[in-house]
Amino acid sequence: MTKRPVRFYQVGSFAVGNRLLADDQRTVQSDPNRTNSIDSGHRACQGCGEALGARYALDAAMRAAGGRVVTVNATGCLEVFSTPYPETSWRVPWLHSLFGNAPAVATGVAAALRVKGREDVRVVGQAGDGGTVDIGFGTLSGMFERNDDVLFICYDNEGYMNTGVQRSAATPPAARTATTDAVGPEPGNVFGQGKDLPRIAMAHDIAYVATATVADLHDLEQKVEHAMTLRGARYIHILVPCPLGWGSASSDTIRVARLAKESGLFPVFEAENGRVTSVSPIRRRARVEEYLRLQRRYAHLFGAHPRPDIVARLQDIADENIARYGLVNDETEDVPALEDVKEMVH
Amino acid sequence: MLRQIEGSRAVAETVALCRPEVVCAYPISPQTHIIEAVGAMVKAGTLAPCEFINVESEFAAMSVSIGASAAGARAYTATASQGLLFMLEAVYNASGLGLPIVMTLANRAIGAPINIWNDHSDAMAARDTGWIQLFAETNQEAADLHVQAFRLAEELSVPVMVCMDGFILTHAVEGVDLMTQDEVDSFLPPYEPRQVLDPDDPVSIGAMVGPEAFEEVRYLAHLRQLDALALIPSIADSFAVLTGRDSGGLVHPYRTDDAEVIVVALGSVLGTIKDAVDARRAQGERLGVLGITTFRPFPRDAVRDALAGASRVVVVEKAFSLGGEGVVLTDVAMALAGRDVALHNVIAGLGGRPITQGAIDSMLGRASTGDLGRLTFLDLDESAVSRERSRIAAARRTGPSAENVLYDRATQGSRVAQEQS
Amino acid sequence: MFQVRIHGRGGQGVVTAAELLAVAAFEEGRPAQAFPSFGSERTGAPVVSFCRIDDHPIRTREPVMSPDAVLIQDVTLLHQIDVFAGLAPEGYALVNTSRSLEELGLAGLVTSLPAGHVATCPATDLALEHVGRPLPNAALLGGFAALTGVITLDALASAIGERFAGAVGERNVAAARAAFEFVHVEQERLTSAATD
Repeated sequence: MTKRPVRFYQVGSFAVGNRLLADDQRTVQSDPNRTNSIDSGHRACQGCGEALGARYALDAAMRAAGGRVVTVNATGCLEVFSTPYPETSWRVPWLHSLFGNAPAVATGVAAALRVKGREDVRVVGQAGDGGTVDIGFGTLSGMFERNDDVLFICYDNEGYMNTGVQRSAATPPAARTATTDAVGPEPGNVFGQGKDLPRIAMAHDIAYVATATVADLHDLEQKVEHAMTLRGARYIHILVPCPLGWGSASSDTIRVARLAKESGLFPVFEAENGRVTSVSPIRRRARVEEYLRLQRRYAHLFGAHPRPDIVARLQDIADENIARYGLVNDETEDVPALEDVKEMVH
Repeated sequence: MLRQIEGSRAVAETVALCRPEVVCAYPISPQTHIIEAVGAMVKAGTLAPCEFINVESEFAAMSVSIGASAAGARAYTATASQGLLFMLEAVYNASGLGLPIVMTLANRAIGAPINIWNDHSDAMAARDTGWIQLFAETNQEAADLHVQAFRLAEELSVPVMVCMDGFILTHAVEGVDLMTQDEVDSFLPPYEPRQVLDPDDPVSIGAMVGPEAFEEVRYLAHLRQLDALALIPSIADSFAVLTGRDSGGLVHPYRTDDAEVIVVALGSVLGTIKDAVDARRAQGERLGVLGITTFRPFPRDAVRDALAGASRVVVVEKAFSLGGEGVVLTDVAMALAGRDVALHNVIAGLGGRPITQGAIDSMLGRASTGDLGRLTFLDLDESAVSRERSRIAAARRTGPSAENVLYDRATQGSRVAQEQS
Repeated sequence: MFQVRIHGRGGQGVVTAAELLAVAAFEEGRPAQAFPSFGSERTGAPVVSFCRIDDHPIRTREPVMSPDAVLIQDVTLLHQIDVFAGLAPEGYALVNTSRSLEELGLAGLVTSLPAGHVATCPATDLALEHVGRPLPNAALLGGFAALTGVITLDALASAIGERFAGAVGERNVAAARAAFEFVHVEQERLTSAATD
C-alpha cells in the first residue's frame, strides 16, 4: 500500500469534524436542541442510509425554518418504517398520501399556506427514487415547472427496496435486483440511457438543485439550509445506501456512499437556476471496483466468472461523470493501483 | 338573481360564492367551461383569496386538493370521465384521509371506444370510493348542490362529488337563480378542519394502518356515510328555508302517491321522463317518477318508502356493469328486497345517445302491457349488433369491433340516403 | 313550446345563436333552454344548436327533433344533411343566402309550408357590412324575429348587447335590425303575393 500524507480531513472527504469548528458552524445534529424530526423507535433496517439522510435533512430544514416546516411523504420505506401504527416517529407535521403524488400534495400544502398568509411555514416533500424518478416523475416535473414553493428531497437507494428490491429507473447498470437477476449474458440491470434526475431538475431552471450523500452529512445539512433560504421549487437528491438491497454490510453504509462519490459514479454538486455552481471534488479517487466489490448486488461481476468488461463499462460511466462535472482537481489523489484495491477490499 | 346562463357558468359562479381557497384545474371535456370560469375570476381578483393551480394531470389535480385540504384550505376541483379514472387512486385517498374536498363531475362516458358524450359510467366507477355522490337534475340544482356539498363535506369531513350531466347540463343555457354572497355566507360557515398540518401542533396524517385497526377505520368511514343520510335532508331543508328551492336531499318523488308504475332515474333525464309520464297520465295511466339525488350513500329506506305503492318499477340508467346489470338497479333491488314488485332495467343514453320522450313513452307502453323485459337497451340497433356477431363467428381476424360497427352504420346511412334520393 | 334548430358550421357562431335566442326570450320573461349538438367539432364542421322557448318551465332534455323553426346559417349544408328533418307542418324556415329559394332548389319547401313561413336573408352580407366579419348569427336572428315574431327585435338587441360589449355589440345589433327589415319586407311581398 502506498503511503498517504496525513490531511486535515482524515476521512478523505471535505468534511470537517465538529470539534474543529466554531459553535455556529457545527452540525445540526450536534445541537442538543435539535428537533429530532424523525424520533428514535422507527423500524428502519440496521445501517439504513435513508433514515440517516432524512434525519439530517429534516433537522437542518427545521433549524433553517425556525421549526416552521410541514412535510409530505410519498409511499415507500421512509413512510412505512416511520409510522408503525399506532406509533409515529414524526415530530413535524407529516402527511402521506400516495406513492406517485408527493410533489403535487406538497404543491397543495404550499398553496394552502400561501392563501392563508402563512408563508413562514415551509414545505418539504420527500420520496425515494421510485416515488421521484419513476411513479412520481410527472407530478415532480409539474411542481418544478410551476415553480411551487417546495423543497423536494429524493432519498435515492437505487431501487424499490420497500417492495423487496426491484429495479427502478435509478437502478444502475449491472446491478442485480429481484427483477434484474444476475443471469444470462448481460447479468443484472441493463445499460440503458439512465434517468439523471438532478440534471432533469436543472433543465427546469429551478432555483436550486443539489446532490449529496450520507457520507458527508455536514455538506448535506448545508445544502438543505441553503435551499431553505430560497423560494420556489428546489430539489436535493441524496444517495442513501441500502444494506438490504445493495447487499452491503450495515456498518459500511457511510463507506459505500463515500466510494460512490469518490469513484465518480455519484457526482456531488450544486446548481442554481439551471447552472452548476459548485462541485465537491473527489478527494482520493477510487476505482469503481472498490465500490462495486462491497456490494453483493454486483457479486456476479467478480465471482467464478468475472466480467471485467462490465466493470470497465461502469468505470466509463464514472469517468464520464468526472469529466462532465470536473470532479478531479489538483488536490485529488490518484486512482490507486488495481492490486491495492483488492488488498483494501479483502 | 335569476339569470339565463350556461350551466357551467352557473356552477363556477356558485363555487366562487363558496369562497374556495385552492382550486386545481386540468382540462377535460365537458368540464372545461367550469374551471375556465373559476380561473378567470381568480385571475381578475374577483375571487380572492384563492390559489388557482393549473396542474399537469387529473392525478395531480386531486393530489394538490388533498395537500391543500390537509393544510386547512377549502379545496375544489372538477373533472370527468377518463380524468376521474386517472385520479381514482387519489380519489380513494381523499376520502380515506377524511378530507372534505368538493369536486364537480361533468358526467361523461368512459372509453374505449373514446367518447366525449354524456353517460354515468364515470360516476358509477367511483361508486365505492367513499365519496358522497349527488346528482343534479337541472342546472339550478347543480348550482345549489355545490353550496350544500361544501357544508356537507366539511360537517362530516367527507369529500363530495356533485354529478351533472356533461354537455346536457354543463353546456345548456337556461334560467338559474344564482345565490348572493350573503346568502351563501349565511349558509356555509368558514372551514374548520378536523385535522390540519400545523407546526404548532404536529400530527401525522396518512400513516400505515395494519390488520389490527384497518377494519375499524373503514367501519368508521361507513358510519360517516350513514351520518350523511341523516344530514343531507336537514341541509336540504335549511337550504329550502333560505332559498325556497327544493334542491338536494336524498330522493325526489314525482307523482308517486297513487302510481302503479314508478320510473327511477338519476340526473337530467328525469325532466324528459316527467314529460313522458305526464303525457301518459293524461291518458289515465298511474305513473310516477323517483329521482335519486343522493346516490352514495345509497338512501335505501327513502327509496323503499317512495316505491312502497308501486307494483312495477323501471330503473332507467346511463351506465351498465358489463356482465351484470345496471348499477342503480342493483341498489334499487336491494331496497325492494322482500317486496313483490316487478323490476325492470332500462339502459339508455350510453355515450350520449339521445334519450327521447318518444323512446321513453314506447318503453312505458311496453311496461304497462307487461311486455318490458328485465333488461332493455333503449334504442339499440340490434341489426348492427348481429352483423358484428356474425362477422366474429365467421372469421378470426375481423378487426376492431367499434370500427366495424361505425363502418356498418356509415354505409347503412349512405344506402338509406341513396334510396331516399 | 316553440322549438328552434340552427344549422351552420363550426366558427359561424351557431351555438351562440341559440344562446342569444334563449337570452332574448328570457328578457321577455319566458323560460328558454339553449344547447348545442355536442361534439368535438372543429372549424368548418357541421354544427347544430337548439333552442326551446315556452311559457312554462322546460324539463325535457331531448334534442329538438320536430322544430317549429329551422335556421340555416350555411347553405352548403343543404345537400349534405337533411336540415329540414322533422320540421313542423306549420313551421318556419330561414335561410342565410343572397340567392332565391328557387335557385337553391327549395321551391318545394315553400309550397309545403304556410305562406310567409319561408324566407331568405343575406345575413353574411349584412354581417360583413355592419360587423365587418362573416358571422351571420346575430343578423339571422334579426330575420328570425321578423319571420316568426317569437321574440321581439328589442329583446334580441338587448341579448346581443349583453353578450357583446361596446361597439361589437352595437354593430351586431345593427346587422340584426337590417336583417329584420329585410325579412319583414320580403315577407310582406310574399304574403301579398300569396293573397293575390
